[in-house]
Amino acid sequence: MGKQMSLLSLRDLKVDFETRKGTVNAVRGVSLEVGKGEIVGIVGESGSGKSVTSYALMRLLDKGGTISGGDLAYGGIDLKSAKESTMRDLRGREISMIFQNPRAALNPIRKVGHQIEDVLRRHAKATRANARAEAIKALKAVRINDAENRYEAYPFELSGGMCQRIVIAIALACDPKLLIADEPTTGLDITTQKAVMDLIADLIVERGMSAMVITHDLGLAAQYCSRIVVMKDGEVVEAGSARKLFSSPEHPYTQKLVDATPRAGVSVRELLLPELRTPMPLTQIVETPLLEVRDLYKTYKGKSGPVHAVNGLSFAIKKGQSVGLVGESGCGKSTTSSMLVRLLDSTKGEILFKGEDLAAIPAKQFARDPRRASIQMVFQDATDSFNPRHTARQIIGEPLARLSPLNRSARKARIDELADLVGLPVALLDRFPHQLSGGQKARVGIARAIALEPEFLVLDEPTAALDVSIQAIVLNLLVDLRAKLGISYLFVSHDLNVVRLLCDEVIVMKAGEIVESGPAEQIMSSPDHPYTRTLLEAAPHPPVLSSQAAKAAE
Amino acid sequence: MSDATSNSLHVKSNDSALAHVAYVLKSNPITMLAFSMFAVLIVAAVFGPSLVPYDPLTSNAANALQPPSLAHWFGTDNLGRDVFSRVVVATRLDLAISVAAVALSFAIGSVLGSIAGYWGGWIDAVLNRLFDTIMAFPLFVLAMGIVAALGNTVENIVYATAVINIPFYARLVRAEVNIRRESGFALAAKLSGNSDIRVLALHIFPNALPPMMVQVSLNLGWAILNAAGLSFIGLGVRPPTAEWGIMVAEGANFIVSGEWWLAFFPGFALMFAVFTFNLMGDGLRDIVDPRQRT
Repeated sequence: MGKQMSLLSLRDLKVDFETRKGTVNAVRGVSLEVGKGEIVGIVGESGSGKSVTSYALMRLLDKGGTISGGDLAYGGIDLKSAKESTMRDLRGREISMIFQNPRAALNPIRKVGHQIEDVLRRHAKATRANARAEAIKALKAVRINDAENRYEAYPFELSGGMCQRIVIAIALACDPKLLIADEPTTGLDITTQKAVMDLIADLIVERGMSAMVITHDLGLAAQYCSRIVVMKDGEVVEAGSARKLFSSPEHPYTQKLVDATPRAGVSVRELLLPELRTPMPLTQIVETPLLEVRDLYKTYKGKSGPVHAVNGLSFAIKKGQSVGLVGESGCGKSTTSSMLVRLLDSTKGEILFKGEDLAAIPAKQFARDPRRASIQMVFQDATDSFNPRHTARQIIGEPLARLSPLNRSARKARIDELADLVGLPVALLDRFPHQLSGGQKARVGIARAIALEPEFLVLDEPTAALDVSIQAIVLNLLVDLRAKLGISYLFVSHDLNVVRLLCDEVIVMKAGEIVESGPAEQIMSSPDHPYTRTLLEAAPHPPVLSSQAAKAAE
Repeated sequence: MSDATSNSLHVKSNDSALAHVAYVLKSNPITMLAFSMFAVLIVAAVFGPSLVPYDPLTSNAANALQPPSLAHWFGTDNLGRDVFSRVVVATRLDLAISVAAVALSFAIGSVLGSIAGYWGGWIDAVLNRLFDTIMAFPLFVLAMGIVAALGNTVENIVYATAVINIPFYARLVRAEVNIRRESGFALAAKLSGNSDIRVLALHIFPNALPPMMVQVSLNLGWAILNAAGLSFIGLGVRPPTAEWGIMVAEGANFIVSGEWWLAFFPGFALMFAVFTFNLMGDGLRDIVDPRQRT
């Protein structure tokens, strides 16, 4: 480090926010260096101050945020006291940023080509005459095929991964020396994530840039960054090479993050802190199928002919079994789960629940069906699935009020019992969703879904929006609940590493069809279909863990 | 036992709702001011007739057209009636007309807008064209036409004012319902065994309330102006009833001869009421929006 000349150096950076409840110290004394040509990963969970740090050095803090102490230097320029006009020149030309949500970062009503031209013109890298050519060059640089036509596209016409490429093209258009990527792949499919991260890594090497990759995914950071800084509560708890962090983490928090990262060869219990690792509960699987899907189709009327969202799906789920449904966005897995929980009518096919065909009952009427209580769902986005005007108690009590014979006081007792079951403090029941954290919301969502003791539960990526340590806890909770209540799960996800932890069997879907299915371990270790292999390879591969290495040695 | 617990729970939630109102009022001085002004209007509307020093209808020709004095704070009109008493007593009628009209358009607009937003399709298209038709008329002229056709009564002013306001509510509700139709919590409510109508009425519609409250309060001021306007041109409330619009209309004849107080004070009351309602909007929204609680 000492030999390398550092491009960016933060020394004891402090950032404060003035809020209704007083001053919040979001960043409290962060020091880090980014050398020339180096990729530094900043890893931490939500609220760790990792994004605020990057906004502070771009001087893009929200209203109420101030840099209250420390030094910020970029190549000899003091960013803390630099004039706003100097900062405007630096942003984009010297330091660029890639934002978390590419759709939000692009202007929806302007052609993407024009948005690239804006940056080029702003920093005088192009004139009116050659702006178009330069913009197309920038699009080609991020390996967008058919760049001339994409230049004319609006953001809504492009996929998420394509939008992120455009954002990268904008960020790199002026050949910056330092790139800050703030959760560049959150919300993207796992294969797209790999493509985008590979692209960023390649471009950085090609152009000799430095980069700061901010992520909550330790595995991702380990794969692409030479050095990782782990942050917690606004402080750096540990810094070092990726390999070192994984093999011998010094700080207990780093250890916790490393443990909680889903990866090959560990059980769901091993994601938890050692003292929380209770023995795995035994689950009983009865051989008779609880739910059987036969030749299920869903066809939508599209502008250019029918769209086959689900194309002849057949599978069975046994009582007490947990089945994973894996595929990328648009593969039809959400359509399938909507049909199974009877929120959506199928076009053709049978859904046999305990031998009776549910597909014959229109989704509209199923609310009054006696089997409504037996088939429930945990939603992907907990926040969106709660009525913002209802308290957690009302949310959990809603299915009980509608579908159970319990009276008011019995309901109250049942809600308390459910909160206890999912590990939600009873005191939080009177809060509104916006007053709960992500993990607490996940628990409320699960409590609501199991309130009626359903026999079949669809879990639609219930942990996708959660931090890894919270994800570990929620996954274990789901394992325990399944054993305790004998529920069958259909776990819908795009992440095979997570599915493997929870499921006995895995179904891999692509373009509305099943490409492969079988026992989870078999699919993970020896996938038959090339698509399954692609999915597996796209997942980040963190360095082998010390504990595993030790185990292997034994 | 269980009764006692549910009771205490109820009291608790009531407490927190009150605390929330107190918080909203305290955090925004303008809201505080608006609610104090609203309290003045309410007091005048409820207790006005028993508080005023003179009968608003008793004329006294000997005492006509007196300028404001200690005995007659706002002066007297051409028939010797006390303008202050008339302005205060008129509050009840004017507020009643506007509140009734707004309540009516709120209710009808909410139902029609919810239906259009939730089910869409041809119902949506038909309702939207209907609202377009109403809005295509100059609204005041439409109200004039309705009152003239139905007859010159207070009820008909209410109906006319309600009709011209329905499209605003319906469109707002339609948009708010439409964006939440496919939201996760609507699906979750269906999973909990709610029928479409219950999902719409109990889950989706209440979420449209915050923006509706802003509309309601702006609309109240507007409805008062509308009612006063109708009376001003001779439709609706008839003399000698005390009503701000008529009082301004009658007083306007005397401004040229220097008796300004006849039109000024009822006009000021009108302005005060409209101003109050316009200021109240944001505060009302913050009160009905649970997300403002922390």
